[in-house]
Amino acid sequence: MNKAEYILRKPFVKTLIAIVLGFLVAGIILVIAGYPPIESLKALFDGVFSSSKHLSNVIIKSTPLIMIGIGVAFAFKTGLFNIGAEGQFIIGCVAAVVVGIECDFHPVIQIPLVLLAGAVAGGLYGGFIGLLKARFGIHEVLTSIMMNWIALYFSNWVCNLDRYHKPDTLGTYTVNKSGYTKILSEWKMTSEGKETLLESEFLTNTLLKTDVNTGIIVAIILAAIVSFLLFRTAKGYELRAVGFNRFAAEFAGINVNKNILHSMLISGAICGLAAALYITGNSPHSIATLSAFENYGFNGLSVCLIAASSPIGCIFAGLLFGGLIYGGQSMQYAVGAPSELINIVIGIIVFFVALTHVIPILFAKFSKGGKKHDK
Amino acid sequence: MISNITLFIGIMLMYSTPLVFAALGGVITERAGVTNLGIEGMMSLGAFVGAAAAYSTGNPWIGFAAAGLVGGVVAFFHAFASITCRADQTISGIAINMIGPGLALFLCRLMYDGATMTHPITNKIPKIFGSTLKGALGNLNVDVTVVIALIFATLVWFLLYKTKWGLHIRAVGEHPAAADTMGINVFKTRYVCTVASGVLAGFGGGAMTLAIISQFNPTAISGQGFIALAAVIFGKWTPHGAYGACLLFGGAQALTVILGGGAFAIPSEILAMLPYVLTIVILILFVGRSAAPKASGVPYEKGAR
Amino acid sequence: MANVSSEYAVQMHGVTKRFGSFYALENMDLDVKRGTIHSLLGENGAGKSTLMNVLYGLYQADEGEIFVNGKKVDIKNPNVAIANGIGMVHQHFMLVDDFTVTQNIILGNETTSGLGVVDMKKARQQILEIVEKYGLEVDPDARVSDISVGMQQRVEILKTLYRGAELLILDEPTAVLTPQEIEELMTIMRNLINDGKAIIIITHKLKEIKASSDTCTIIRRGKYIDTIGVEHVTENELATLMVGHEVKLVVDKEPAKPGEVVFEIKNLIVKDDRKLDVVKDFNLQVRKGEIVGIAGIDGNGQKELMEAVNCLRPAAGGEILVNGKPIANTTPRKVIDNGVSTIPEDRHKRGLVLDYTVNENAVLERYREAPFSKNGILNRKEIENFTKELIEEFDVRPDDCGPKRAAGLSGGNQQKVIIGREIAMDPDVLIAVQPTRGLDVGAIETVHKTLIRERDKGKAVLLISFELDEVMDVSDTIAVIYDGHIQDVFKQGTVDESTIGLLMAGGKGNE
Repeated sequence: MNKAEYILRKPFVKTLIAIVLGFLVAGIILVIAGYPPIESLKALFDGVFSSSKHLSNVIIKSTPLIMIGIGVAFAFKTGLFNIGAEGQFIIGCVAAVVVGIECDFHPVIQIPLVLLAGAVAGGLYGGFIGLLKARFGIHEVLTSIMMNWIALYFSNWVCNLDRYHKPDTLGTYTVNKSGYTKILSEWKMTSEGKETLLESEFLTNTLLKTDVNTGIIVAIILAAIVSFLLFRTAKGYELRAVGFNRFAAEFAGINVNKNILHSMLISGAICGLAAALYITGNSPHSIATLSAFENYGFNGLSVCLIAASSPIGCIFAGLLFGGLIYGGQSMQYAVGAPSELINIVIGIIVFFVALTHVIPILFAKFSKGGKKHDK
Repeated sequence: MISNITLFIGIMLMYSTPLVFAALGGVITERAGVTNLGIEGMMSLGAFVGAAAAYSTGNPWIGFAAAGLVGGVVAFFHAFASITCRADQTISGIAINMIGPGLALFLCRLMYDGATMTHPITNKIPKIFGSTLKGALGNLNVDVTVVIALIFATLVWFLLYKTKWGLHIRAVGEHPAAADTMGINVFKTRYVCTVASGVLAGFGGGAMTLAIISQFNPTAISGQGFIALAAVIFGKWTPHGAYGACLLFGGAQALTVILGGGAFAIPSEILAMLPYVLTIVILILFVGRSAAPKASGVPYEKGAR
Repeated sequence: MANVSSEYAVQMHGVTKRFGSFYALENMDLDVKRGTIHSLLGENGAGKSTLMNVLYGLYQADEGEIFVNGKKVDIKNPNVAIANGIGMVHQHFMLVDDFTVTQNIILGNETTSGLGVVDMKKARQQILEIVEKYGLEVDPDARVSDISVGMQQRVEILKTLYRGAELLILDEPTAVLTPQEIEELMTIMRNLINDGKAIIIITHKLKEIKASSDTCTIIRRGKYIDTIGVEHVTENELATLMVGHEVKLVVDKEPAKPGEVVFEIKNLIVKDDRKLDVVKDFNLQVRKGEIVGIAGIDGNGQKELMEAVNCLRPAAGGEILVNGKPIANTTPRKVIDNGVSTIPEDRHKRGLVLDYTVNENAVLERYREAPFSKNGILNRKEIENFTKELIEEFDVRPDDCGPKRAAGLSGGNQQKVIIGREIAMDPDVLIAVQPTRGLDVGAIETVHKTLIRERDKGKAVLLISFELDEVMDVSDTIAVIYDGHIQDVFKQGTVDESTIGLLMAGGKGNE
């Protein structure tokens, strides 16, 4: 295998190629639809990079996607397709809201409590899927799809309970402020706070105008922890062995069913944690009645796929995804290209990610020569 | 009483029909060894194109055919990626699920001045007993697509278990190397089956917008593709199993509607959960271990033994 | 290479086949006369199967020509091969488990009655005609997953005859048969020859060549070596031609010095997937410093027996004792912790995680123990060092394969990794199931030497193999399994092959 082929095999390079191709095709679609491609893409980039407010918003929007991506990636590494991330996220939100409303402790206790609630709820919800697979052999995709819908309606039911329903709105009350993970959320609302911040343009743009929260820090730390867990610990070794070849793992004494359960518990917990951070970190800090899925889970799944199931890769893939969605809105303002286009672009990038693994193989085929049989 | 029963049957058949088409497609492609997760995306595009075509031509059947056609075209891309390029079929399917609805909405805006829904079509798919039957019997006056779905299910069953092509398809999905050595073209068989599943998924989308809601809007297809996928698994990858599973879902939905309008004070959200909870309970009690066709989801490589 | 003529059923001249930069075949020649049985002899990996795959149209040669009955043909795919009267019975059967015998035979060649509907009745009739003619006993309506391996092979042969094959290629046909069944196969082959057909047998088994073939072509590393008449050549001469140097065909070993019983199976009953008893009142003892070999045909309960020993399957009755401790119906982990290491039959399914590196595979049972992990965190250095030692001791190639995926190693080297790993656990009981399957002569020699060395260290070794020669050469004590229990037990040297063969098939020995 020569140098060029070696480079082409690197996952990062393959993803990069997929992204470039994705944008190319997007450009073509824009032209066909009658929108100016260069301006549209420029609006997209400006929408992300032109101001620290935008950058801040991208990071904020990406945070839940990164974390869900990590959660799904974890399950993938152990051989499970957690398409139930959507339901686990919803349940996490519900748990976080309920605990966040019912309890009102000092932030040092309240924040971990709310986050824990989300993680536990998501974990149990995902663990149930794992249990059904381990005990009864029921396909996790089937259970997950059912659980997603159950979560959706459950969320709506909680939303409409008198105890939690905020009158004249579609949603619940907000969680108590003690649970907020936004940075300096109280202080920046005071007049003295605003004065101080307005002195710096950077701070105005980031702190004042956006919901800057600690979520991204948690996400990055989580990526590191999950990576470490998967690749450096005995537990991670077990989980991956089960994912690659459950028969050999079983033969070598590894408890396959237990690991399937653990995997879904952890995967669900990560998604639930993402949900709790989302609630505590972003206005309106509440949930609302949903008529359809918001697709956090499915988008997180796409993030995971673009990142080739690498936890660290999910950080970048999540940022890319978040950037595309957020920048897409600017594209809408600027040239009138509708938001669906962004979904199409993202879908095309994912499609090319599927195809790009073939590139090094094609390359090898076309390279000439060959040495004689010698062993 | 009778009226309630017929109402139940009628709603069950109505809800299940789009699912049946899509699930049959899922069965065919999985049996041939290709995983098609993109059913949702294919249904969305089928739903839009069907409604648009029916609106412009005034003929719902042209719409139906167009829906199938566009589903087939999308499936062709999936087939190309999965079979020729040996790409990861899961990723390709997910990609189609993102592109499909987006493209459908995009085209809708393009063709209808920025609107996200099509105009209601004037000629829907007709009912089997004509348009005037009312009352208890009237509940059974279902759309013709219901009957077509049943016919398709029977045809797929016949194809898979009685004909030589069915034998080929099943061989390709269970043991492609064996089929290859017997001279069966594995690639061609898989291509045909994948495209067929797209056509059927398109029909499913069309059945939705041409018979049930008579127009396309953003929530026309929201999750039916995944339910169809669930039906395939639930039905153990058989056409009759999938059909039954779709009826089960449709029946649970019908139950929700009937109970919702009735005397029981169950919150509507809990009622809405009913079909899904019921499915899980049935799975645990009755269905158990499921085994996909052995070569499903694995690209075929000659000589890789 | 012979001149092109119609007295030859098939002729392959100058065939070359490359996979990337690797030459599987280089200028290979093969000439097979009609009405003869012709062997193709070579080690594992020499290119025999590749050559036949080219002939059958599964691969296309990069260079060379093929002639059938004197006419040049271009075999683009199996359909063309079949149309030219070529049929192939693969080493690993190409049968769809869920289909019936009839469905498998007619696949791709179905007689239909309108609308593509398969005419099953006609198919059965046609099949039964062929069965009668050549003596190939099968049950047309049985599911392939339910029938014996011997019958599966007959189904494979029927597939070719159903399509009018005049030239049959049999790839390692006797790998799964008893001596008696091999006799039956010989009879079937003679019937086919007398009918004017030609047969090519791919094999590395010298005894079979002597017993069956008229002529033999030897292939080594993809190249043509020689074609000889089988009648006047010895097995040793064949072996030398195959490998390129002198080969010792008999295993060297000291007599055994067995100690106390370390591994004991008492009255074991195990059920198979259909809830039928398949291991029936099984009794066996293995002593320290002894190799016990279980001879038997595949499908007599060996698989389920092993699964029960490894606790992958429940035991429905009886006991399994290691050093007196019962281990049946516990967990695979407990079995390993009690000093039982197993070299599994299927190295890809059970033996290795192919996507893991060799380093990671080397500690598959012990990753949690010191020094490979501490407090739950893996110690990469220790794992690497351990693997290096293993690679050196067992001559795994390439010797820098530690950080590379196990999937990249050859079958023989993969097996060495597994063997090294299991032995490194210093077990009291070492079980080896089909340990030399798919290995070349050199590797086979190494494995046998290793088993004997472990025996000499005082381990109790249990060998389960479908190669009768292996069991008879390597074991100190030979047990014969048939229908789920032990028929009889012999000391090495006190019994001959035909007696064992009879017992393997359910006969009663010398009664």
